[in-house]
Formats: sequence, structure tokens, C-alpha cells
Amino acid sequence: MSAENQVNLAELAKRIRQHCVRMTGKANASHVGGSLSAADLLAAIYGRALRYDPRRPDWPDRDRFIMSKGHACSALYAVLAESGYFPVERLESFYQNGSPLAGHVMHKNVSGVELSTGSLGHGLPVATGMAIAAKRDGRPTRIFCMISDGECDEGSVWEAALFAPHHKLDNLIVVIDYNKIQSLGAVKDVIDLDPLADKWRAFGWTVRELDGHDLCAVEQAVTQVPYEIGRPSCIVAHTVKGKGVSFMENKLLWHYRAPLGEDMTKALAELEQAK
Amino acid sequence: MRTAFIKELFELAKQDDRIVLIVGDLGFGVVTPFMEQLPRQFLNAGVAEQNMTGMAAGMALSGKIALTYSIANFPTLRCLEQVRNDVCYHNANVKVVSVGGGFTYGAMGATHHAIEDLAVMRSLPGMVVVAPGDPVEARAATRAVIAYSGPCYVRLGKAGEPTVHTSAIDFELGKTIRMREGRDATLISIGGILQNTVRAAERLAKEGIETRVLSMHTLKPLDVEAVLAAARETEAIFTIEEHSILGGLGTAVAEVLAETEGIKAPLKRIGVPPAFSPHIGSQEYMQECHGLTDEAIAKTVMNTLRIITRGLVRTGNHDDRS
Repeated sequence: MSAENQVNLAELAKRIRQHCVRMTGKANASHVGGSLSAADLLAAIYGRALRYDPRRPDWPDRDRFIMSKGHACSALYAVLAESGYFPVERLESFYQNGSPLAGHVMHKNVSGVELSTGSLGHGLPVATGMAIAAKRDGRPTRIFCMISDGECDEGSVWEAALFAPHHKLDNLIVVIDYNKIQSLGAVKDVIDLDPLADKWRAFGWTVRELDGHDLCAVEQAVTQVPYEIGRPSCIVAHTVKGKGVSFMENKLLWHYRAPLGEDMTKALAELEQAK
Repeated sequence: MRTAFIKELFELAKQDDRIVLIVGDLGFGVVTPFMEQLPRQFLNAGVAEQNMTGMAAGMALSGKIALTYSIANFPTLRCLEQVRNDVCYHNANVKVVSVGGGFTYGAMGATHHAIEDLAVMRSLPGMVVVAPGDPVEARAATRAVIAYSGPCYVRLGKAGEPTVHTSAIDFELGKTIRMREGRDATLISIGGILQNTVRAAERLAKEGIETRVLSMHTLKPLDVEAVLAAARETEAIFTIEEHSILGGLGTAVAEVLAETEGIKAPLKRIGVPPAFSPHIGSQEYMQECHGLTDEAIAKTVMNTLRIITRGLVRTGNHDDRS
């Protein structure tokens, strides 16, 4: 993609957020907070890093994106629609009876979804399998996997975290949406993860720690992988749960509450005014 | 069975580089030729079954035929949700292989008693469930699951089991193999208990009781036709499994009989009570403890048939006590 054809990442992120608010609001569904925190990361990954072709979702050499934090599905569905996998209008069917767009990431009849998730801790092992398969087949495929901070409580995450550096999987990139709030409280109060970047480093990953809403930094981080030949990459993205909507930011409540009525109007207005 | 499986797989893998064997840090001495000669088709996941299974799904979704291999309950129950979501929901071409079905590792204690695996694997959508009865069936089952595209569970016994089939077999997933013909009763066997079942039938024959013996190596899809034929053509059905009577072969056969109109054949499930075994010991000892020796099987069949012919009670379904 030439520079002038590149999507404006800020615009893409804004549209993702607007979709998330509309989708969860219309559906009266949970998880808008963790979708908004991931929006800038997703915009940069789909807008700059991934090699994909929505007309050929099965292209064997495509890069894969695994959304392991499956509850943030509205953000993934939004970026897939914005990237041309299916019409944006289809997002209106999110969570509705008979729709393929379920309340966690589901692959059935949703073009572009590589893996159904929803139970945490599944994505990184599968991504690791994809990475080793690509290596052994000599394919250029890279696998990006987004996980949540609360998800790091799952032992399976660390099983894969141990395995990938041992096998020198430098085509594997884990992106941690570190928004500091999990289901029942602040991460530091539930099971503190800090120092999170050091943990991944100790496991053998090359780590970049950044502000997950600084699009320049995120763009660089997702396009410069691997950071070191022969080692998997980890991006610890410090984010804000509910980012972009003032009354949702850093509020546990918005892990659950859906933006209804006045809330939706206010949220969309705020997002529209964002630059 | 373990040796038969790995030898057959090795031969298949030499001809098909999509085959990848992923072990959970087990298989000492057994997988060595595979590991050394086909290193790009081998992977040791370490003692990490969730990652092993998730990786297998990821590799299968990238075009591989991925096998996970471990013992007892480790490749099934330990990582059950990975089997369900990552493998089955994605219809990933993964074969979950467990060595040590039933009481193979009886002396190692209850953690190593694999007596619910068939029930659990059978309940997963899209999962084919196979438990070969001897090394001949194990070889054939290996070829069959590799040729089949989709999730399979293969339950094996140990190394060095006796060969029960004395001639070539016609093995097809979902089709029972008839080992013996008789009209007084049908003995349906799954997995490594096959030899005891065949010997029980020989004992019964000496008592004048002629039984049909079916090796039902595939639990799912179940050979419904064979079950119904047994119900129509013989006086009673006995299921024999080194597995809990809850959810395995006995249950699967009961489901067919219960939902088919006009079927009156009595059913007796011979297996392990749905409880943690209070015993530990060799497989033979454990079979003695649970009424699974050929002698005990024959005795149960005789006693049950005696009750049936006296018309005193209808058999079956007394034993779900725990």
C-alpha cells in the first residue's frame, strides 16, 4: 500500500470506537470498555501491519490475527468490516437472534475471523501452533495475537509464552491490551501483573512497552516486528479501559454496562468530536 | 497397541509431510525413531497439555494433520476445553491420542485411571472416538483416523498386548468387526478388553451358551445397525468396557435400544462403577477387582441370562450407585 492510499489510523480507530458503542448499545451487551481500549491497537494492526486480502480470506500466506480476548469482539468485527471483509451494515446485527456476530469472537460465517474465542487463554497457544507451522512450511506468515491483562492469569498463556521463545518463533507477536481493569476489579488488586514487561522478557520475548493510544508509537511497534531475529515479540500496550468516552474511562462498570439511550448519544458525540 | 500405533504413524508420516506428532513430554523409547528421523514433523510440547492442544489446532488450521500424544487423562481431561473449542469447534484436523486407556496404569493410582475418557470425548460435537481392541486394530485405526479429515480421539492401551485377530481384518470407522457368531447373547466389546471378551465367549461356549462377539472399536459414530441386529437376532446384549458404565459403550448402546421402537432385548453393562476405584494394581489385578476378567465376564453373562430366562427381572441399569 502506498503512503497516500494508507488509511488514516486516527480515523479508523474513531470509526471502530463508534461502531463498538453503537453495537453494544443496540445489543444491550457488555464489554464496551475493553473494546474501546483495543481500538487504536486494532487500527494500527489492520491498517498498517497485517498482510491480508479480504477477497481471499483463505490465502495461505496471509498474516493471521487472533483476538484472544474474545469479549472485545465488537472491536474486531468493526475493524474487519472497515477492512472490507463484510459490509459495515452487518454490524447492526451484532448480538441479535440468528446473527453470526455473537457476543464473543466466532468464526462461523464471519469472514476474516481466524479463531473463535471467548474462554480466555486459548488464543496464544493456537497462534503459537500457527507460527510454528508457518516456520516449518517456510511461509512468510506472521501471527499477531491480542490478549488481555486479566487473561494473563490463565496458565495456558504462560505455557505458550515458555514455548515460543524456545522454538525461536520470531513470526509470533503478542499484543497485550493492558487496560488495568479486569472483571472484578483493578488488575493490581486482583492478581498484580507488574512488572509485566519484565515477565515476558524473562520468558525470552523481546518486549516493547508503549502507550497503546499513541498511534505513532503503536504503528512503529506493529510494523517493526520482529524486534530481534529468532525471538518472538511482545507489545505491552498501556491502555485505558473505555478510552475515548470520558465517563467510561477507567471505570470497571463499563466492563459490563451497555451504553443505552442518553449514554449512547453522549458517547457518540464525544467520539465524533475527537480528532 | 502403542507400538503398533507409532510404527504405523511413522510409516504414514514418511509419506505425508503434513503429519505432525506433538507429544506432551512422554513416549520415552517409543517415539525416538520418529523424533530422530522426522524432526520437522515432531514436536515436544513439554508438560503443558493446554498449549499442546491449542498448538495442534493452530497447526491443523494451517494445513497440518496434527496428533497430540500423551498418557491417561492428560491429553483429554487436562485440556478438555482446548479439545472442545480449539479442536472440535473449528473442525480442526487434530487426532488426540491417549496411551493407557482404562487401568493400563492401574498401579499408578487414581490420577492415572482413564475410565471417563470415552464418555467425555464422545459428548464433544464432531469428535470421532476410536478405541482399538488389539494391535491389529490399532494399526488399522491409525490409518483410518489419518485418512479421515476432522477431530478424532484414539484410545490406546499399552505396549505388548496380545493380538486377538488371527487373520486380516476389514477395518472401517463406525463398523464393528464380528469376532464370533451365536444366538444366545451378543457381547459387544470396546478397546483392550477385547481379548477377555473373546475368551469369555469361549468359556460360555463350553457351557453351551453361544454368543455373538462384536469388536466395536468405534464408539462414535456408533454402529447402530450392528446394535439393532444384535437386539433382533440374539436374546440379550452385554457391553464390556474397561471404562465407567456411565457414558461409554454401555450408555451408547442403551441410548439406541431405548429409542428404537419394538426392541425388547435386555441389556447388561459390564464395566467399572462410576466411582474412584479403591484399588491400585496391575491391569490384570484391576480387572479382577472390577469383574472384567474373562472368567468374571462369563459368570456375569451366565447369571444374567439365567435370570432373564426365568423371567424374574429385566436386566440392566441397576448400578449407577455413586
